Amino acid sequence: MRTILFLLQKEFIQIFRNKMMLPIIIVIPIVQLLILSYTATFEIKNVSLAFVDQDKTQTSKELKSRFEHSPFFTTYAEADHIAQLEEAMLHQKVEMILVIPKDFEKHLNLSKKTDLQLIVDAVNGSAANLMASYANQIVLGFNSDIITELTGFNIKETGIHVVPRYWYNPELDYKTYMVPGILVLLVSLIGAFLSGMNIVREKEIGTIEQLNVTPIKKHQFIIGKLLPFWLIAMFDLCFGLVIAKIIFAIPILGSVWLILGVAAIYLILVLGLGLFISTITDTQQQAMFLAWFFFVIFIMLSGLFTPIEAMPEWTQRLNILNPIAYFIDFMRMVMLKGSGFSDVLSQILHITIYAIITMGLAIFRYRKRA
Amino acid sequence: MSKAVVVKDLTKKFGNFTAVNKLNFEVDKGEVFGFLGANGAGKTTAIKILCGLSKPSSGQVTVAGFDAYKQSELIKKNIGYMSQRFSLYDDLTIAENIRFYGGIYGLKRVEIQSKTKEYVKKLDLEEFEGRAVIDLPLGIKQKLAFSVANVHNPAIIFLDEPTSGVDPITRRQFWDMIYSEAAKGKTIFVTTHYMDEAEYCDRITIMVDGKIEALDSPSRLKKDFNAHNISDIFLKLSRKQNSTQN
Repeated sequence: MRTILFLLQKEFIQIFRNKMMLPIIIVIPIVQLLILSYTATFEIKNVSLAFVDQDKTQTSKELKSRFEHSPFFTTYAEADHIAQLEEAMLHQKVEMILVIPKDFEKHLNLSKKTDLQLIVDAVNGSAANLMASYANQIVLGFNSDIITELTGFNIKETGIHVVPRYWYNPELDYKTYMVPGILVLLVSLIGAFLSGMNIVREKEIGTIEQLNVTPIKKHQFIIGKLLPFWLIAMFDLCFGLVIAKIIFAIPILGSVWLILGVAAIYLILVLGLGLFISTITDTQQQAMFLAWFFFVIFIMLSGLFTPIEAMPEWTQRLNILNPIAYFIDFMRMVMLKGSGFSDVLSQILHITIYAIITMGLAIFRYRKRA
Repeated sequence: MSKAVVVKDLTKKFGNFTAVNKLNFEVDKGEVFGFLGANGAGKTTAIKILCGLSKPSSGQVTVAGFDAYKQSELIKKNIGYMSQRFSLYDDLTIAENIRFYGGIYGLKRVEIQSKTKEYVKKLDLEEFEGRAVIDLPLGIKQKLAFSVANVHNPAIIFLDEPTSGVDPITRRQFWDMIYSEAAKGKTIFVTTHYMDEAEYCDRITIMVDGKIEALDSPSRLKKDFNAHNISDIFLKLSRKQNSTQN
């Protein structure tokens, strides 16, 4: 126990003597929350739209004005031919083109049936989908109004009318969804990178050899090395939760103690990963590269930036092995839904088993050798 | 038990490469034992095995009465080690380094404080006291590293090329420190490739390509090899090795 205290004292002196450390601990959480919370939104506004109106009638004008009044679209230009807009589409000045064909009004009045063409820049597939469905909604609304006008039959007030209610995030606020995930990212990076790098640094400068020749026990070394980063990551999680609550007004419906308790276990997992990486690398460069390799995959698979449901099934299955996915799931459920212990039992079990395996493997791999 | 180190048929292999080939020697308590050899002769590999940092491939090794295979942690309690590389913490002060290693070896707070005072005074470090170790001149760093390796008063001290890169005056002072510890009955096991330093040892071994080619006191070796100094013996042995290889 005394040995561990001497090791902890030394680690804390070194950590806080490092000029980069305080900024890492304080500034990074703030910046990550402030920037990443706005990075990937499922909502698209101000889509730059161009019209090719070959009809030029009252009806076509009315349809265009519907788009013009939508908050989702901004009119960029009007042209007579698609060819005139190709250049603008190529340079991303126009994202969507609505083509109203000749005789649009005539066909609508005579045969009650007509077509519209929608051209969407689909470099970003999911954004293209969204733009098209926004446009579809406007056209549908326009369509039902015409039917009412022509037949006197109010289609909006009859038939099946779906009224969605968005539970747990009623305003569909993207930040509410992102922030719990970003908090997970934050403690994961701090835990795995700082701890792993710290141990490999001692290998690099050679002090680990001096330490290995002392009678220090394996568990003393591991506790002395990992506990400081466990404390720092726990501090950062609390700090992040406070920022989330105060700046973003993110609800924390569930128990804060449950969050902290499971985070405590999750951090053992992450620190185990850091320790494991340090046992199979010799330089900080290698450790950094390996840690990124794991984390890029974990983060992308976790559904933080893109919905898991949109991934192919085999990548979805990989998430069984993804510690970040479990903890993000847990955080979202507890923070946004107010889930209790029994609701998130599955996540907690996975995290606990994973933590035991990772830390066990790291301790097994760690050798007190040169 | 009067032997500090007993080595029988010690061999260390890394894959197909034999770094240390059937070493046999004994070191008496209180002896200053020199371990000589060119770069890559296997000195560091051997010293790491003796310190419990590496396991032997075969052979018997006993250090301070403990077996290197089964009792390496007990060996570590009874030895001090100073490696080729400077191994104190650059970003800690002198006192913090002494406190840390003292604490790891189980010294009491009072003992750590008195050791710190003693070293600062002995090495004339008053002006450097509050500063990080990175600011110290190399010679002082090495003397401090030697003192820290000695902080828990071990029976045997292993020094792996402690004076490489150090100026002649500091080297002389360093050897004075070694002698004063040996005078207290400690065993000193030192590797070096400075041949003049070899003359300071009670006995020396010369290693060439993983094997011991000579082992005796400097004066007897000079007689046996009919040489003026250790350097000549060293060159003779190395050349012999080269010619048999060719």
